[in-house]
Amino acid sequence: MTSPDTARPDLLSPDLSEHEPFRLLAPDGTATRPAELPDPGTRLSLYRHMRRIRHFDERAWVLYRTGRLGVFPPYGGMEASQVGTAAALGAGDWLFPTYRDTGAALTHGLPVAQTLAYWRTSPHGWAMPPDVKVLPFYIPIATQYPHAVGAALAEKRRGTRNVALAYIGDGGSSEGDFHEALNFAGALTVPCVFILQNNGWAISVPTRTQTRAVNLARRADGYGIPGVRVDGNDVLATYLVTTEAVNRARDGQGPTLIETVTYRVKPHTLADDPSRYRTDADNHGWEEKDPITRLRAHLMSEGLLTEDDDAILTREIETEFEAALKEADGYPEPTPAEILDHVFAEPTPTLRRQRAQIEAEEGA
Amino acid sequence: MTATATPTKTMTMVAAINDALALALEADETVHVFGEDVGVMGGVFRATDGLQARFGAERVFDTPLAEAGIVGMGIGMGLAGLKPVAEIQFAGFLYPALDQVLSHLGRYRHRTRGRYHLPMVIRAPYGGGVHTPEQHADSPEAILAHTPGVKVVIPSTPADAKGLLLAAIEDPDPVFFLEAIKLYRSVKGEVPEGPYTVPLGQARVVTQGDDATVVCYGGMVEVATKAAEAAQAHGIGVEVIDLRTLVPMDTETVLASVRKTGRAVVVSEAPRTNGFHSEVSATIAEEAIDFLRAPVVRVTGFDAPYPPFTSVEDVYRPNPVRVARAIRQVMGY
Ligand SMILES: Cc1ncc(C[n+]2csc(CCOP(=O)(O)OP(=O)(O)O)c2C)c(N)n1
Repeated sequence: MTSPDTARPDLLSPDLSEHEPFRLLAPDGTATRPAELPDPGTRLSLYRHMRRIRHFDERAWVLYRTGRLGVFPPYGGMEASQVGTAAALGAGDWLFPTYRDTGAALTHGLPVAQTLAYWRTSPHGWAMPPDVKVLPFYIPIATQYPHAVGAALAEKRRGTRNVALAYIGDGGSSEGDFHEALNFAGALTVPCVFILQNNGWAISVPTRTQTRAVNLARRADGYGIPGVRVDGNDVLATYLVTTEAVNRARDGQGPTLIETVTYRVKPHTLADDPSRYRTDADNHGWEEKDPITRLRAHLMSEGLLTEDDDAILTREIETEFEAALKEADGYPEPTPAEILDHVFAEPTPTLRRQRAQIEAEEGA
Repeated sequence: MTATATPTKTMTMVAAINDALALALEADETVHVFGEDVGVMGGVFRATDGLQARFGAERVFDTPLAEAGIVGMGIGMGLAGLKPVAEIQFAGFLYPALDQVLSHLGRYRHRTRGRYHLPMVIRAPYGGGVHTPEQHADSPEAILAHTPGVKVVIPSTPADAKGLLLAAIEDPDPVFFLEAIKLYRSVKGEVPEGPYTVPLGQARVVTQGDDATVVCYGGMVEVATKAAEAAQAHGIGVEVIDLRTLVPMDTETVLASVRKTGRAVVVSEAPRTNGFHSEVSATIAEEAIDFLRAPVVRVTGFDAPYPPFTSVEDVYRPNPVRVARAIRQVMGY
């Protein structure tokens, strides 16, 4: 292969995964492949999305500390991995997020108020809005991967051009469901895009302990589908690669596995203490690779963004969030008997009896 | 079930199931039938025989050999608007997919507050009595019935198999449809032609009697009925109740019978501890204790894996003699 900075490689070619993760911007924001950059409007939109979800992540921390949010798995530092992949989808496409992928779900259109409600464990956050094809955040690891394959197969059978995109972590890619899903998706040629966010950790277990494999994108080889490694802190690169994979899926050419190489700067959840398992040396260098700083430097140097624009954006994001928080604060608490709602389309006689019991005992 | 003047045909249970699948595929193009060897081969028991040839390899298809993939993919298909009808080759090979069942199958409607639901049917042959190899004769219905949000159906006649399967496919919720291997070809019965449904949640009174109630389902119905006939010869009237569906369970029919007879025997071929039979016994004890003239007796398999040893298989699986003994026990208390 030629030098990575000259000829444009086939992004989804298997041998790309032999090399450094694909990137468009160096950590200091310099464009390493100016010819491949998305148009300025797209770049600004990706920046806005990253700022918006960073704000959510930072506010979540404060809300959690003050008892106004439940346990929350932060994604700070991984915004490029989530925004670049989710922004490559259209409104008709499915997004299957893990608990870590609040940022991706927000990017795909999940309203902020409802997202807050979800992490407050309010039922108002669990019913996804009818026009947003996001599933509730998956807690059991890897189980969502076969679901995405099924949804993709359903879209194919119904003759749409919609695709399904699913996330998983480096730890999750050790689970059997991950492998079964990749195999099914390849064998049935479904329009599915698999995002493997390699953020270095599965709670306390570093990737090197998780698996002997170094290059997780190469796992695709075993299933006869393309696998590509991309710099997960470069939103322009994740966007470009995912867009190609999505287009490929839409065109009936089947699934792709994309490994976004990134880092979990934050703790596993806001209740976790990472100092028990990792050192400053582990973290070294990752703060400097911050995806937002990187794109910001690029946009500023290109004259696409000014300090004033940035300040206006900050205010817009804050205003949106505070309004959503107010809306979420207004959602009523569930009644006790609601725990029995939505088990079946029609409650069974057993459920009816149990509801009567709760209503008698709890008065609701 | 519609009774009058519907033409019928004598069929085995497996033929009735095949008939139901064909009718469902014909009636609704979102119905998809898939699993291991269900396509070209028509299933190891031939339940899907001829369906691929008739409905095409898009709607009736073979999957890779991976049960979690089959159930998990079906879940995705169901929530995205298809009607998945998956086959697990043997209930004893459902276990790799139990995570999908326990974590997701029963939860979708609940965890999305009704926004998504799963109209999925999973068919699996279960139970013993035909000298299968290791792990081909398991009866895991209690695990499934213990999973909130999942319905469990177990037919015992060809006509019920067809009507219950069509009802299961129409049902908006996930349904496990367990088919007793023993009954696939050993029973024949009159099956109405054309589509009809047998509603989920209604037990069937197989024989009427005033002295003792025997509650059973699936492969045990024929065993219990033989025992009831033997008891009848001794002047004991036994009411055999075929539950047909474990979830939802027709508690009313069971309790009405026990309130009349005052004696109950519950039969299943699953291991004894924590079986669905224990649920039935507990329900009777809770709801009808004042009517009982004897403790409820369970006739079940044992707390050991189902034996693959042909010569002693029948020790494990309840037979009419054991059920008759239990009837004598409740009569003589
Ligand atoms: C099936 C299952 N096993 C274990 C857990 C507990 N658990 C939650 S997160 C986690 C680590 C996951 O790591 P990874 O897949 O790399 O994702 P990340 O948290 O880094 O985003 C574990 C073990 C779980 N949620 N589900």
